[in-house]
Amino acid sequence: MNYNWNWGIFFQPNPMGTGTYLDMLLSGLALTLKTAALAWVIALITGSIVGVMRTLPSKGANWFGFAYVEFFRNMPLLVQLFLWFFVLPELLPKAAGTWLKQLPNAPFWTAAIGVGFFMSARVAVQLQAGIGSLPRGQKMAATALGLTTFQGYRYVLLPMAFRIILPPLTSEFLNTIKNTAVAITIGLLELTGQARSMQEFSFQVFEAFTAATLLYLLVNAVVVTAMRFLERWVAIPGYITGK
Amino acid sequence: MFGNLDFDVIRRALPYLFFEGMTFTLTLTGLAALGGLIFGTALALMRLSGYKTLGRIAGIYVDFMRSLPLVLVIFWFYFLVPYIGQWVTGASRPISVGAFASSLITFIMFEAAYFSEIMRAGIQSISRGQPAAASALGLTYAQTMRYVVLPQAFRNMLPVLITQTIVLFQDTSLVYVLSITDFLGAASKVAQRDGRLVEMYLFAAVVYFTISCIASFGVRRLQARIAIIR
Repeated sequence: MNYNWNWGIFFQPNPMGTGTYLDMLLSGLALTLKTAALAWVIALITGSIVGVMRTLPSKGANWFGFAYVEFFRNMPLLVQLFLWFFVLPELLPKAAGTWLKQLPNAPFWTAAIGVGFFMSARVAVQLQAGIGSLPRGQKMAATALGLTTFQGYRYVLLPMAFRIILPPLTSEFLNTIKNTAVAITIGLLELTGQARSMQEFSFQVFEAFTAATLLYLLVNAVVVTAMRFLERWVAIPGYITGK
Repeated sequence: MFGNLDFDVIRRALPYLFFEGMTFTLTLTGLAALGGLIFGTALALMRLSGYKTLGRIAGIYVDFMRSLPLVLVIFWFYFLVPYIGQWVTGASRPISVGAFASSLITFIMFEAAYFSEIMRAGIQSISRGQPAAASALGLTYAQTMRYVVLPQAFRNMLPVLITQTIVLFQDTSLVYVLSITDFLGAASKVAQRDGRLVEMYLFAAVVYFTISCIASFGVRRLQARIAIIR
């Protein structure tokens, strides 16, 4: 392979004057984590609400949950980001649209909200499956104790369901982190974006992408380890995973 | 709100969008699904074979692919494939492979990791008695897999495989980062040329949504059918 390897490139100053190329990649990593964290909060909250709605006795709530999930699941994430970023400001009343377009860090907010809603549909499906997997006696017991539907979910069903779906939620969290890379298309300089611009400035393609790859692997390892501890900590006594 | 939209721009772009763009997207989806399935099945068989090293290699490959964002993998292969081509053909310079070949290789390699996990679950869902019966009949390992285990595993996993193909169909839109004219790429090129982002992106969203919705509706019907048989 006639390619000029130069692993020292990371310690050379970058053309933006913001330190070395390594600093550039690390700032990308920080932005990836920030975007993913905000997106995950949005995904968990909206996903939980929609997931619960899909299991409620009300037909209307079921229908809404179904429509919500189908809407966000059947469009590519990239198209959804374009809708939020390019289309939404044009469809709003003029003043609101202009305000949106002039928002500082618009790519960051768009990416976090876009990825968040995209992932919320997946969280909703997981949670629905988790609640569905509980023995029906749990809900009946809650009713028999005189708990309202809200209390039943709050104190009985949800604490059980969330613990059961913790492993699939871990992969959804990892997917959220990976999906933030799509935001490169709306100009967010997260980790993949920084690796790409480092490649364009320095022509060291393989070094730049190797570094980004290693950072993604590192993040994966940290998340998986942390979640394994969390899983052990919240394990339900009496279940296979329990103490 | 929709007053100043010009939907005629979509009508004029339709031939370009579908003959150039959608043809690319569907061809890429179909071939990548097929290639990913074959390569993924091979990976699954490697993991389930008795050979520890073979299993470990497949495991590392799958974990590696699944921990990287698809966009990064697309970039990797876009730059790597010319060098691999040079190495394979022994040429003196990195050879240029077209946008199509490069993205096809990327998606086959990437999707293989996901298809292999589905096929592994499928093979593991076959009861132990089946391969035992096959060896009692005197079939070799390869024959057991070919005639007994894989057809059943494939059938059991068909709905999941199709669902993964729908995800693949949506994910092919990411070749946008290489400025390739897939369906979204075509829409985006027209959008930028005519300054009609809103119309084109809305239309692209509707098309992707409709196709995926119909396909996932089909999967649900298929699932119901398979459930009755078992």
